[in-house]
Amino acid sequence: MKKHLYIRLFGETFRLSACTFGGGFVIIPLMRKRFVDELKWIDEQEMLDLTAIAQSSPGAIAVNASILIGYQAAKIPGALTAVLGTVLPPLIIISVISFFYAAFRDNAIVNLAMAGMLAGVAAVICDVVVTMIRGILKQDRLLPVIVLLSSFAAVRFLNLNIILVLLACGVIGAVDTLLRERTGRNRT
Amino acid sequence: MIYTELFWSFFQIGLFSIGGGYAAMPLIQHQVVDVHSWLTMTQFADIMTIAEMTPGPIAVNTATFVGIQIAGLSGAIVATLGCILPSCIIVMALAYVYYHFRGLDVVQGILTGLRPAVVAMIASAGISLIILSFFGQRSLPGDLCGINYKSVFIFAAGFLVLRKWKINPIYVMIGAGVLGILLSCF
Repeated sequence: MKKHLYIRLFGETFRLSACTFGGGFVIIPLMRKRFVDELKWIDEQEMLDLTAIAQSSPGAIAVNASILIGYQAAKIPGALTAVLGTVLPPLIIISVISFFYAAFRDNAIVNLAMAGMLAGVAAVICDVVVTMIRGILKQDRLLPVIVLLSSFAAVRFLNLNIILVLLACGVIGAVDTLLRERTGRNRT
Repeated sequence: MIYTELFWSFFQIGLFSIGGGYAAMPLIQHQVVDVHSWLTMTQFADIMTIAEMTPGPIAVNTATFVGIQIAGLSGAIVATLGCILPSCIIVMALAYVYYHFRGLDVVQGILTGLRPAVVAMIASAGISLIILSFFGQRSLPGDLCGINYKSVFIFAAGFLVLRKWKINPIYVMIGAGVLGILLSCF
């Protein structure tokens, strides 16, 4: 009944992806509702762990989460099926939109709406940034704040390569984690 | 060759956008606008707007859009594949580790350390979008008189509504679009 499982997996991820507006974390509660509450493929704790992996891995959260759910259901072929289901809806929708993009962009009303929505996107991003910065301040540690400020300066004012800055911060994070683990162990 | 360049650019975007969602935005801007000049800053802002209005991850949406602009539908598929391949490899490896050992503390610790840098980069890309929205150009002009007050108003209204009521961003986007049309009547 493997073939049946793949079709099911594809259908579920396709449907979820087609209905997830705004991207990012939005898909996690929807997936939890479907796969944990309704289908009972995954238990509650496992879903929390999978969310942590999806969030901390590179790439889009929606893609990562469906890889995990597919892998859990049917190993690597399952993961690939789930990815296909997740990627196809945006691929189709954006293809259609970019087909009309040129004509669309020349329309005066569309232009006004796009200018308004650009200010809207800027507001959405600012909101996200404020929430994330508060999360960092809540940790009550100096190092994350220093990393935040210095990497901002590095990218914004010094025009350093983003990837290099990220790699450097990854190394700082690794060293910090190891040091903290060591001191934590010494204390106990 | 254009396909290899597309693939490699989006592979890097996929590999280094940690934390999902908007984390991809600064990397996309870097690759697509700064390094390759595949899109202008205005087109980049358009695709960010479209990505916010349509379902699916921002990185996948942008990959499709840029791919089509550069090399048609096959370009879109190549760019999308490049963008998701790092996820496929890394997440499957982590899934394997998780189901065999059930321990990921160190990996998670390292990535928590990366978070402030990711926030800083999103903030920087966000500022670029604000400048574009307020002044219609990429960098801050010397003379600030050309500021577009309508955009400033829409931005401030959207930001306040989001902070205060935490509503779904899609409604803010729709409202911002409608306001953009209505305010032009004055």
